[in-house]
Amino acid sequence: MNVKVMSSVLAVVTMLFSATAFAAAPIKIGALFAVTGPAAFLGEPERNSAKMVIDEINKAGGVKGHKLELVTYDTTGDATKAVQLATKLIKDDKVVAIIGPSTTGETMAVIPVAEKEQIPLISCSAGSKITDPVKKWIFKTAQNDSLAVGRIYEYLQKTKQTSVSILTVSDGFGASGREQLKIQAAKYGITVVSDDTYGPKDTDMTAQLTKIRGSHSHAIICWGTNPGPAVIAKNMRQLGIKTPLFMSHGVSSKKFIELAGEAAEGIRLPSGKVVVADILPGSDKQKKSLMAFVKDYQKHYKAEGDHFGGHAWDAVMLIRNAVENGADTAAAIRDQLEKTRGFAGIGGSFNYSPQDHAGLGKDAFVLVEIKNKDWVIVK
Amino acid sequence: MQFDQILQYTLSGLSTGAIYALIGIGFSIIYNATGIINFAQGEFVMLGGLLTLSCLELLNLPLWAAIPCAVAVSTVVGILFERLAIRPLRHPTPINLVIITIGGSILIRGLAMLVWGKDTHAIPPFSGDNPIAIGGATILPQHLWILAITLIIIIINKIYFYHTISGKAMRACSYNRRAAGLVGIDVKRMVLFSFIISSAMGAIAGIIIAPLTMTAYDVGVMIGLKGFCAAIIGGMSSGISTVIGGLILGVLESLGAGLISSGYKDAIAFIILLLILFIRPQGLFGKADSERV
Repeated sequence: MNVKVMSSVLAVVTMLFSATAFAAAPIKIGALFAVTGPAAFLGEPERNSAKMVIDEINKAGGVKGHKLELVTYDTTGDATKAVQLATKLIKDDKVVAIIGPSTTGETMAVIPVAEKEQIPLISCSAGSKITDPVKKWIFKTAQNDSLAVGRIYEYLQKTKQTSVSILTVSDGFGASGREQLKIQAAKYGITVVSDDTYGPKDTDMTAQLTKIRGSHSHAIICWGTNPGPAVIAKNMRQLGIKTPLFMSHGVSSKKFIELAGEAAEGIRLPSGKVVVADILPGSDKQKKSLMAFVKDYQKHYKAEGDHFGGHAWDAVMLIRNAVENGADTAAAIRDQLEKTRGFAGIGGSFNYSPQDHAGLGKDAFVLVEIKNKDWVIVK
Repeated sequence: MQFDQILQYTLSGLSTGAIYALIGIGFSIIYNATGIINFAQGEFVMLGGLLTLSCLELLNLPLWAAIPCAVAVSTVVGILFERLAIRPLRHPTPINLVIITIGGSILIRGLAMLVWGKDTHAIPPFSGDNPIAIGGATILPQHLWILAITLIIIIINKIYFYHTISGKAMRACSYNRRAAGLVGIDVKRMVLFSFIISSAMGAIAGIIIAPLTMTAYDVGVMIGLKGFCAAIIGGMSSGISTVIGGLILGVLESLGAGLISSGYKDAIAFIILLLILFIRPQGLFGKADSERV
C-alpha cells in the first residue's frame, strides 16, 4: 500500500486508541480519614471499607468505563491538618469529590474549603451542624445524633420511664449528645434530673454514679465512646446500681461488650443496623447491602465490619451511583447526589433533596439490647 | 444518704490514692538516688498492664505466672533505659536529664502503640468482681488487692532501706553522693538498683490496677503525672510521707468529683500540685532545704 493509505490507517487506529484512552480516564475521589490518633476507631474502618469497595468496583470493570481512583490522606483527627490536606486534594490531586473527614470538628473546618472550591464533600461524621443549615456542596452519611437521642427518648416515653440522669464525656461527641439530650427532653415528656460529665481518659466514675444513685432517676443515659462507657458499666455493677442503663451509638461494637464483660448485660442502645444484620427480618430493605458488607469486610480484613466503616461504604456507593447516572465532573456529581432517592445503604435508606443533605430518617437506628454477650433487637 | 455517699467517695479515693502512692514512691526512689525526676515512670505502669495481657493471651500463662513475667520484662526495660539513656550522659545537668526522660517516655509509648495497637484491653480481676458492702458503700475485691499489695510493698521498702546494707547504701547516696563514693559505695550501681526497684514497682502498680481501669498504650501519661503530684506532696520521700500524699490526693480528687463537679477531676489534682509547689515546695512533711553559710 502506498504511504497515503498507510498514514490514514495509522491515523484512524491512533484515534480509535485515543478514544479508548478518553473513556478510561479514572475518576479521582479524595478521602480524608483520621486513621491514626484519637479518632482512629472511626478513621481506620472507614479507610478499610472505602478501599475495599473501590477495589471491588474496579475489579468489576469500573463505572461506565471509568475506573475509580481513591486518594486517601490521614488527618490524625486534627482539624488544621484536615484543611491542609483538603486543599492538597483539590489543588494537587484534582479530585472531583471528597469523602470524609471522620469527625465533626474536622468537617466544620473543611466545609469552607469545599464550598469555595466547589467540590462535593460527603462527610462521615455525625454532627447535625454539618447539614443544618443546608450547604450546597456538603452532604453526610453518618446518622445525626439527634436521631439516636430521639430513639432512646421514644422508648423511655413508651415505657413511662420519664426521669433520667445523663452522664456525658467531655469531648465533641459527648458535648453534642448532651446538647441533644437536653433540647429534646421536653418534646418526649422527659425530665433530666442530673447532668454529669467525665473525661475521655478517666478510669473511675464511681463518684459521678454515687451522685446519680442519690437522684433516684428511672434511667441513666451515658453518652461517650470506649473505654469510658465500659468503666461506667463496671462501676455501676460494683455499686450495685440496678437502674436501667442506656448508651449511645458510639459503643455499638463488639469491643464494648468485650471490655465491659458481665457488666454489659441488659444495656440498651441505638445502633446502626449493621451490628444486627443477620437477625434482621428478610423484609428489611437494607438487609442485602448489610450482609454483603459484613461478609466482604470479614473476608478482606478478618474483622467485623462496624457501622463506622459503613459510613465510608455509603459515601463511595453514593458517588458511584452518581457517576453511573452520567456525572463525571464535580458539579455534575453534586447534582446527581442531590437527586438520590431510596438508596438502601449501611447507615439507612438515603433520600437527599435540595433541603436535606443528611438523607436519613428514624429507620437509621434500631434499639438493641445486650444479652448473653450478643445483640438483640428491642421491640 | 449523705454519709454513705461520702464514705463511697472516700473508699474509691483510697484505692486510687494507693496507686498514686506506689508510683510516687517510684519517682522518689530514683530522685533520691540520682537527683533525676524520671518522667518515664508512668510508662512502666503501662508496660506492666500490657505485658501481663500478652503473657495471658499469647503465651497462655496462668495469672500467677504471667505477673512475675511481666514485672521481670518491665524491669529489664528499666535497666535498658538506665544503661542506654542515663548512664552515658557526660554532663548530667538537670534539664538534660528531664528532657531525656521525657523523650524516653515518648519512645516507650510509641513502641507500645506499635506492638499492642491503640485499643483498650481488659484484664480479668484477680478474684472475681462481686461487690463487697462496707457500711452503705461498696468496693470490689480488686480494691482490697490494691490496698494489700501496696501495704506489703511499703513494708518491704521500709525493711530494704533501713535494715539491709544495699538499702542503706542507697540512702547514703541520696544524702551526699560524693561522700558515699568516698566511703566505697558504688554510686553507679546504686543508680541501677534505683531504676530496677522503681520500674518493678511501677509495673506492679500497673498490673493491680489494670483489671479496674483497663489498659492501653497511653494510660501511663496521666497516671504518671498524678503519681508525680503524690511524690511532691510527700516531699519526695521514699517512705510513709509519699504514701500519705498519694492517699490524700486520691481522696480529695474523689470528693471533689462527687461533691463539686465531675468535669474538674483532673484539674483538682493539678491545682493541688501547683498550690504545694507555690506554698510548701518541700512537701507537706518535708523539712525546708537550708544551706549553711
